[in-house]
Amino acid sequence: MHELGITRNVVAIASEAAQGRRVLKVTLEVGRLSGVMTEAIRFCFDTVAEGTALDGAELEIREIDAQARCLACGTVYAMPTLFTACACGSRECERLAGEELKIKTIELEEAA
Amino acid sequence: MHGYAHDHAAKSEQETIVTLEARLLAKNDALAERNRAWFRGREILALNLVSSPGSGKTTLLERAIRDLGSEAFIAVIEGDQATVNDSERIRAAGAPCVQVNTGTGCHLEADMIARGLAELKPPVGSMVLIENVGNLVCPALFDLGEHAKVAILSVTEGEDKPLKYPHMFQASRAVLLNKIDLVPHLDFDVEKAVENARVVNPDIAVFRVSARTGEGLAAWYGWVREQAAAVRASPF
Repeated sequence: MHELGITRNVVAIASEAAQGRRVLKVTLEVGRLSGVMTEAIRFCFDTVAEGTALDGAELEIREIDAQARCLACGTVYAMPTLFTACACGSRECERLAGEELKIKTIELEEAA
Repeated sequence: MHGYAHDHAAKSEQETIVTLEARLLAKNDALAERNRAWFRGREILALNLVSSPGSGKTTLLERAIRDLGSEAFIAVIEGDQATVNDSERIRAAGAPCVQVNTGTGCHLEADMIARGLAELKPPVGSMVLIENVGNLVCPALFDLGEHAKVAILSVTEGEDKPLKYPHMFQASRAVLLNKIDLVPHLDFDVEKAVENARVVNPDIAVFRVSARTGEGLAAWYGWVREQAAAVRASPF
């Protein structure tokens, strides 16, 4: 359950960036191979956000499909698992997407 | 006038939506880099031992302390959710040890290692062995600043563990197949386990060992010595 710690990081980073304003919405980008369960983040978000600048904020999680470029033949291919081989048979690849774990944007209440 | 109102609306929206592009593990990663620089400056080899509970990590550490203790100063950071049992075993084997109880936490993080190092003060050229919390999921994501992660898979587990927990086996530079002396009594397919580990991580070094009988430990220690030499040779 590292998702609890990660959700705390979401709240801490967004609160700091908000500089005292209320956060209405947080948008995360989470790669499908990031090793983090988005359901677990959703599960603890409201509780972790309670009493902070994110209390009651909407949580949007954009899941990013994984892609890799084969180092043998150069093909860019979809990577549903961490060890999906290229159609050419090679497993030597450069991962292009799918490991994201970040706050993309936050939406703040308008400054008074 | 209409143009002005439109511009104003666009501007206010711009002000309320802030692009952060903030990596969620940035703080841990920064602290891990600090640990890594600290280790490098002191030519210390730090290994992060990861596995399921009960794979034999502590017994492997006790052996390593006894077998390698005359070559290098070894210090240990022990992570467990509770109890100080493991650190007592490590101290009995002859190495200084700091126990980090993570409480409900399921993995060690870089700041815990920094605190452990402040207490242990390992000397130049020593070895710091970190026993992570028994868990094949969470520790894969948290860089501690170690030179390498070493996964331990005991033959009393399933040979498909590398496929079930690919993050961990991909993040590890070596895997120890421990309790290899028990294979005659089990259905564990050693070759299949090695193949599975290599499917997930083609470059992973594999050692078949028994911490109990000592079988295969010489090859594993050979790898440890190579890593220590690489750390000493790397420019600061």
